[in-house]
Amino acid sequence: MTASRRRSKTKNEVRGMSTQSVPQDRADSDRSRKEVVLSGNMAVAHALRQVDPHVFPGYPITPSTKIMEMVASFIANGEMQCELVAVESEHSALSVAVGAAAAGARVASATSSQGLAFMWEMLYIAAGSQLPMVLAVGNRALSAPINGFSDHGEAMGARDSGWLQFHSESVQETYDNIVQAFRIGEDRRVRLPVMVCLDGFVLTHTSENIFLENDEAIRNFVRPYRTEYTLLNPDRPVSYGLGDPPEFYMEHKMRQQAGMERALQVIEEVGAEFGRCFGRHYGLLDPYRMEDAEVAIVILGSEAGRVKNVVDELRASGKKAGVLRIRFVRPFPDEQIVKHLLPLRAVAVMDRSYAPGAVGAPVFQEIRSSLYEYRGGAPHVINRIYGLGGRELRAADVRTIFSELDSLRAGNESVPAIRLVGLRGEPLPNWRDQQAFKMPVGQS
Amino acid sequence: MSSGGFSTEKPDAELPPWQEMLPGSVLDQAGNSVHRKTGFWRGGGRRPLLDLKLCVQCLHCWISCPDACFILSDGKVIGIDYDHCKGCGICSRECPPMVNAIVLIDEGRFR
Ligand code: SF4
Ligand code: SF4
Repeated sequence: MTASRRRSKTKNEVRGMSTQSVPQDRADSDRSRKEVVLSGNMAVAHALRQVDPHVFPGYPITPSTKIMEMVASFIANGEMQCELVAVESEHSALSVAVGAAAAGARVASATSSQGLAFMWEMLYIAAGSQLPMVLAVGNRALSAPINGFSDHGEAMGARDSGWLQFHSESVQETYDNIVQAFRIGEDRRVRLPVMVCLDGFVLTHTSENIFLENDEAIRNFVRPYRTEYTLLNPDRPVSYGLGDPPEFYMEHKMRQQAGMERALQVIEEVGAEFGRCFGRHYGLLDPYRMEDAEVAIVILGSEAGRVKNVVDELRASGKKAGVLRIRFVRPFPDEQIVKHLLPLRAVAVMDRSYAPGAVGAPVFQEIRSSLYEYRGGAPHVINRIYGLGGRELRAADVRTIFSELDSLRAGNESVPAIRLVGLRGEPLPNWRDQQAFKMPVGQS
Repeated sequence: MSSGGFSTEKPDAELPPWQEMLPGSVLDQAGNSVHRKTGFWRGGGRRPLLDLKLCVQCLHCWISCPDACFILSDGKVIGIDYDHCKGCGICSRECPPMVNAIVLIDEGRFR
């Protein structure tokens, strides 16, 4: 159950992949890291191989199947000691995860879309029981209609289930996030399960050159898992999953909330330590050219890269544009976001999910609500919903959004407040109405 | 407000603030169910009656009862803890058919 039972080095850790050594001038831990070509799924599987959790209950689903397949083959080849529990559904997969975590095991799994939807009941049980575990989610649009391509619908549906939720931009960040997720969720100040999202196909299936860190270095970073409340300690017997009468339920919810709030600090601490160990630093947000920006796009996930490219173009032509990429939806880093957005004139929040009947998509709602306190000086905030069901976001679409922000700054009220990017046909009338969404000016 | 005996029925002042509670409704006081009398959950259900004259002390009931309601003395069954018995009937079912020392009687008959 500790690092001692693990082999120190795998001979064929990058079997079948091109490898090359890395220049020696990086951090100390570099000595045996490799630059390899991996897809997001493969990177997750390698991170799991290195962390080697005690239990991996799983049920395969496109586009994250490869994670489970690779974990199974690592185990078969003796490269992992992990117990893979093949079950008959995602509901059972997460049930096994909950039981194993309550027994004191370090647990990981992977799923997507309908699979996450089928885990719903157990998502709340894992979070409500404050059981740390790591779940990789290869984001894929929910049925119906059945689609199979990427969007954040399933993740956004789970955003209030009590799980921490990472969104990764690249394969490298996905790998790094999986490693950090164990530390963050298992921290005693947090003790909550963590979902690490990677966009389906765009990240799960696309290969990228990444640094695969040394096995031992990752294990040292993650540390052996110890929990003080385990079902398998006869010296300190505990019960999990008890009934909570009305006079206790609220207090337990508050404990979850406290874990979420402390996670903001833990994420920054772990991200900084990760940076010291491996040379890649992470915080809550990834601001890009935001220093003196006047307009910006807020986005999560893999499409941030495309927006950054457009921002580079705009900057070259003298436009003060920026991108604020959010790495975490839960806990929602509202203070840090507000700090970046307040100096701006206009902001487009780009959501890759949508909430029928709601006023805009989830990230937009939270950002507008975070800015409400500052309504006198807050920027215009519009919502651009993109990429549903894998619809491509083109650079031209991003340029259009930036020019909409410009005309909004210039006082043009005909810019729709909410719009589906690339939709054929006119948006609904009340989505067009800027007045309906305008913040009252000068009342704060 | 009654919460069906689920509640501790204690005033706020006697209950811990959230900071003093364990996370995730973990309970670390083993065996404290002795203090929570839950037998009235049988409600209008059935109550097991044990006839010690028939009992052969096989202890099937003792090991099968999900609520550990069989009271032992010197390794022998001497009675049932009705403060915790839920009336599930497992004991009656597990008592060997040839012995049949436990019968289930409608709670209504005891009122
Ligand atoms: S009826 Fe059920 S709860 Fe009651 S004593 Fe028998 S087995 Fe136990
Ligand atoms: S199962 Fe029946 S015979 Fe056996 S100990 Fe219990 S009451 Fe007696």
